[in-house]
Order: sequence, then structure tokens, then C-alpha cells
Amino acid sequence: MDAKDILGLPKNSLPIPQEKKSRPPKDSQRKPDGISREVYALTGGLAPLMPAIDSSQLKKQPPKDEKITWQWLPFTNSARKDTLQLYHWVRVVNGVPPTGDYSFAKYNKSVDIVKYTDEEYEKYLNDPGWTKEETDQLFDLCQRFDLRFIVIADRFSSSRTVEELKDRYYSVCRAIVVARAPALGDISGNPLVKEPYNVSQEIERKRALSMVLSQTKHQERKDAEVLAEAKRITESRMAAKVAEESELPVPSNAGPESAERASFPGDTVSPSSNVQLPSATIASSALTADNASTLASLRMLRVYLRTYALDQMVQAASSSAGLRTIKRVEQTLQELGVNLKPRVPTKSVCAEHLELRKEILTLLNLQKQLQYKEAEGSSFRDCSYADTPSTPKRSNRGGDQDRTFVPDMSFGGERVGKRDQKRKAPGRLSEAPSSPAQSKRPRKLKASDL
Amino acid sequence: MNNSSSSKKHSPDQPETSGPTFKSQRTKMDTEKKILNKKLKDVEISCPIVYGSMAFWLGKKASEYQSHKWTVYVRGAMNEDLGVVVKRVVFQLHSSFNSPTRVLESPPFEVSEAGWGEFEIAITLYFHSDVCDKPVNLYHHLKLYPEDESGPMSTKKPVVMETYDEIVFPEPSEGFLARVQNHPAVTLPRLPIGFTLPPPVPVEDASRRKRGDTKDHPLSQWFMNFSEADELLQLAAARQQVQAHIAKLKRQISVIDGPHQQLKSISDQ
Repeated sequence: MDAKDILGLPKNSLPIPQEKKSRPPKDSQRKPDGISREVYALTGGLAPLMPAIDSSQLKKQPPKDEKITWQWLPFTNSARKDTLQLYHWVRVVNGVPPTGDYSFAKYNKSVDIVKYTDEEYEKYLNDPGWTKEETDQLFDLCQRFDLRFIVIADRFSSSRTVEELKDRYYSVCRAIVVARAPALGDISGNPLVKEPYNVSQEIERKRALSMVLSQTKHQERKDAEVLAEAKRITESRMAAKVAEESELPVPSNAGPESAERASFPGDTVSPSSNVQLPSATIASSALTADNASTLASLRMLRVYLRTYALDQMVQAASSSAGLRTIKRVEQTLQELGVNLKPRVPTKSVCAEHLELRKEILTLLNLQKQLQYKEAEGSSFRDCSYADTPSTPKRSNRGGDQDRTFVPDMSFGGERVGKRDQKRKAPGRLSEAPSSPAQSKRPRKLKASDL
Repeated sequence: MNNSSSSKKHSPDQPETSGPTFKSQRTKMDTEKKILNKKLKDVEISCPIVYGSMAFWLGKKASEYQSHKWTVYVRGAMNEDLGVVVKRVVFQLHSSFNSPTRVLESPPFEVSEAGWGEFEIAITLYFHSDVCDKPVNLYHHLKLYPEDESGPMSTKKPVVMETYDEIVFPEPSEGFLARVQNHPAVTLPRLPIGFTLPPPVPVEDASRRKRGDTKDHPLSQWFMNFSEADELLQLAAARQQVQAHIAKLKRQISVIDGPHQQLKSISDQ
């Protein structure tokens, strides 16, 4: 608790995302003791992790009754096999040198390697791939190098891979353990017995690991993309499955309804059920399927906020649209004087808002359609210059009709002369220069004059 | 007003057939508690709330560390008592405050403090056991300074920042429904025909109810007004405009399509 206090961390794990604006308040609401606020702020608003010098220790003096001298004395190390005697400085208290072994001798640890007798070798450990000399050498190296197989593999006389050496070592140990155990039950807990070393698996694992490690950035990105795509596909399948399940109860009897509802959390988990998607769901328009699936997923939540629900519905409705289209929708909303997020999100307001967004999408689609048709139309007209002179008139009339309609499309309520916003910037419903409209006419006339 | 059929796919009279048969399945379990826990589909309870903060500048009395006195709160949108729905509210303040986790077990759900910094407050609403066992998280950025920084700060007028939202319970339990049938804090949809509600639980004494609502709150004069009527008007006007444009575009497209057909036939000759 105090450690968290010192570090200035929040006591709970509730995430509190801090904005840039509120970073200054991070520097103490509580006044730091001893130093002024500005100096405290220099440390980044946090007290140091560890006190640099423990001030109490500085004041401490050695006890006065002890007489300390330092002497150059010989010592022996019990960890050594020989009786080498070396010298070092020793802190002598009141003329009594310290007793006990060399303080670092206790760190001389080694691994307990199984030692087998020759008989045991003959009885249990014979292996066609290994001679007795090799096995003996392996065990000797294991003892010397504390089972550091990389080093052992390097020192081994014949060239054997690390996996082979490990395999031999572990299978010998296992055989010995099994042979020496009085009953099988005693050793069933032994990890050597429970999980024997699997050479092929190890080789495969190491190969896969090195592949992952040596992956280029390009490969990494591609893998991430594929995974994201797969995730999206499974999610959309699950959502469609949820939609299908929620639609099924409508025509069916209420009796099986509760059973279906109960079973479908289980169903949505299994990917195999995706195959059973009825064609009805696929055939229905993307919009209603999206809506139904969002509604179904909302109903699955036991509680949600209206704003969250609206967000989900908006996302579902604009799932087929690209980013630019979504931006255009938002621009249109702003021009219409509508809040992008309703200020009073009641049920009816949210429904109206959603319908408005859908209508704007339809509007934008129609505008695009009109654009295409006009482009098609003009290419037709260019090609058909050899035909009756009445042709361009008709197209011009079409162009006129274009232009008379266009000025009425002013959301801001202003009439701006001639506008042809479809050419310039589709979706921008405020003023646009009229020159493209005029240039359209001369082009057509030229083509027809030829 | 809150018609449940507007956004749902199936028709509102569907529950008529599902209602009685659904009940017959569940009455096998005979304890009263289980009947009250029965979830009702196609009835959606929504609880409109307003959450936010109000901050007063301390003026002359302001110190380096306490320049503003502020209150963060959650209230019913029309100042009703939220205690019927909400069991507990936890406000998570900035870590530099003493015991930054403030738990309110009863209404009014508010925390008043003094400080100098703006930060994000996490508000968690916990509901009664028959309402919902999952909490809801809200986030509110505490605003101390007014929008236009050049304007003079006044000690009398607070800086208010409120957000309106609605908590929706898509499948409320019968017990919950019985309890809040006539309570002003929640809105129920128009119930489908043939749907019988259990008898309403008697309302608690008037004094208890009054405690939780914020109609007589000392700060209620500063509460923002949220009227959906304005927003609906705005949206309706916008929709009309868009629909008119769609109609025009459709006409234009059909006009172009007409001559194109004739052009095509001419060029084929």
C-alpha cells in the first residue's frame, strides 16, 4: 500500500485515461513536505524510488565497545578439491578472527547426475545408436558442465545434435529410475517418467521458433493481416448466426423459443455451425441483417447505455460505406445543423437520428449514381455525333434540367445561381463554382458539329 | 413515447402468443423468488439519467491547491429518485485526492470536493440485484474553467457540464418491473395487449422517496435542461430536407435514363 503511495500509482486497477490537458494536475494535489512545489515538480512529481542514501545509516556509529582491526590472514576453500591456501583481508573483532568456512563455498552447487554401473548398462541401457564409450563420455560431460547441453554438444567428440544428446541422456535416466524403483507407483510422479523427452517434437518446436524469430517485418505484417481477416470473418459469421437464431423464434412456437435462446450461447462458440447458415439470412439485404445482428447482440447484454446502442447501430448501418462516405455523412449532418451525437439521446431521438443517417447515405448513393449516369450520357453523346442533330438538343435539355434542379439543393437556405456540385464535389451541398456546368455545353456542341 | 416496436424486427403483438406459453414453461419452478426473477422479453425499461459536474470558483478564498469547489453527481433526468434502480455509485477521483474511491450507497449520488485541476472521473453504477448484476461505467471530464477563457470568473455562477444518457434494460425481471411500474424514474414502453403485469408493489412512504430526488436540491437552479422536443424537431426538419432531395435526384435519374434508352436505340441503327 505504501509502495503504491510512494510511486504515485492509483490504488485501484480502474483505468483512468489521462488527457494531455490534465497532466499538470498529476503533480500533487497534496503538498509535498520539506520541499517547495516547483522543486518537487522537477522530479516528475514522484518521490524517488529508493532513497539515495539512508540518512539514518549515515548518523550511525560503530559500537564503541568493539575493537576492529583488519588482518591479512590465510584461508582454505572447502569447495576446492586440493588444499590450496590463499590469503585475504579479514575483519577481526576484539582480536578474535571469524570462524567458519570460506563464505563463498556455499555457492558451489552442482547437478546430481545419475551414475550407473556397468551391469546396469548391460541390463537396461543398451541402445543400437550409442556405444558404451559415447554414453560414458556424455555422462562425464554432463557432470562437468552441469547439464549445459549446448556446451556438451560442442565438446562431444563425435558430432551429435543437442536433441540427440538430450534424448540419450533423458532416456538413460528414465530407464535407470524405472529399473531402480521398487514399484512403479513410487515413481509415477517423477517428471522423467510422466513426460518423456520427445525428440521429434523438440526438433519441430525449435525449427518453428527460429522461423518466427527470423521472420521479416513484411512477413509479420502479412500474418497479422491474415489473422485480423480471419477474426473478422468468424465474427461476422457469429453475428449472422446470432441474427439467424434470433429471427428463427419469430415464426416458430414460443415453446422451443426459450430452448433455442438457451442453446445459442453454446452454438455461437462452435465455428462448425457457421456452415448451417440458411440462405434466407444471406439473401436478406445487408442493412437489415446488420441491424438485426446488432439488435440481437444488444439484447444479449443485460444492460447498456442508449448512446452505446446508437453507436453500434450507426456502425452497423455504415459498415458498407467507406471512410470518405462516412465523413461526407457527418459533413452533411453538420450542414443540416444536426448534432453528430444527439444531445438528448432518448429512444425516439436515437431512432430518428439513425433514420436520418440512413437517408443521407441513400442520398449520397443516388448522387453518385446520377454522376455515373451523366458521365455515361456524355460519352454516349460524344460517340453519337454522326447521328441526327436532334440528339444533342435532347442531351442539352437534360443538362438544363440538371441545372434548374441543382440550385434548389441548398441546405443552407441560400440560392446560389447556377451550381453543379455533382461534378465538383459530390456531397458538398453548399456553394460550388458554376464553370464546369458551362464547360459541359460547349464540349457537346463541338462534338456534334463535326 | 418509448414504443418498443420501432426498432425491433418483430411485431408488437408477437408477445401475445409468447407470453402465456412462456409463463407455462417457467411455472414448473414454484418458488415466488424464481417467478419474480423471470425475465420479460419485448419489454424494455429505460432509466434516463444525467451525470456531470458543477464547479464554483472560490475567488478571494482560493488557494494554490484549492481554487474551485466542485461537485460531481448522477441524478435522474427529471430529478427523480434513482435509488429504485441504482444500488450504489462509485466515483473514482484523481489519485492525488485522499481515498480517491468514493462509494455512495444511497441517493443523492454526488461527491463534493475542492481542488485546482481538471481530470477524468470514472463513475460506476451498480444496480439492485433484481435489476442487473453487471455495472455500467461512465466517464466524465471535470470542467472547472469556462469555455471562453477571457471572460471573468464569477464566484456566483458555476461552470456546469452535464451529459444526458439512458440506461436500457432489454430484458428486465418481473420483480423489477413490479417495483418500478409507476415510478417516475423509469420509462416503460407501451405494454402489448394481453400482457398482464403482476400487482404493483406498494409505494414506500413519501418521506423516503423525497430524500432521493433532486427536485429540491440546493443546486437545482443550475441544472441543465434536456428536452428531446428540440432535438426531435431538428431531426424531423433535416429528414424532410433530405427526403425532398432524394425525390428530386430520383426524378433526375429517371429523366436521364429515358433519353439514354432512346439514344441507345438510335445508335444501334
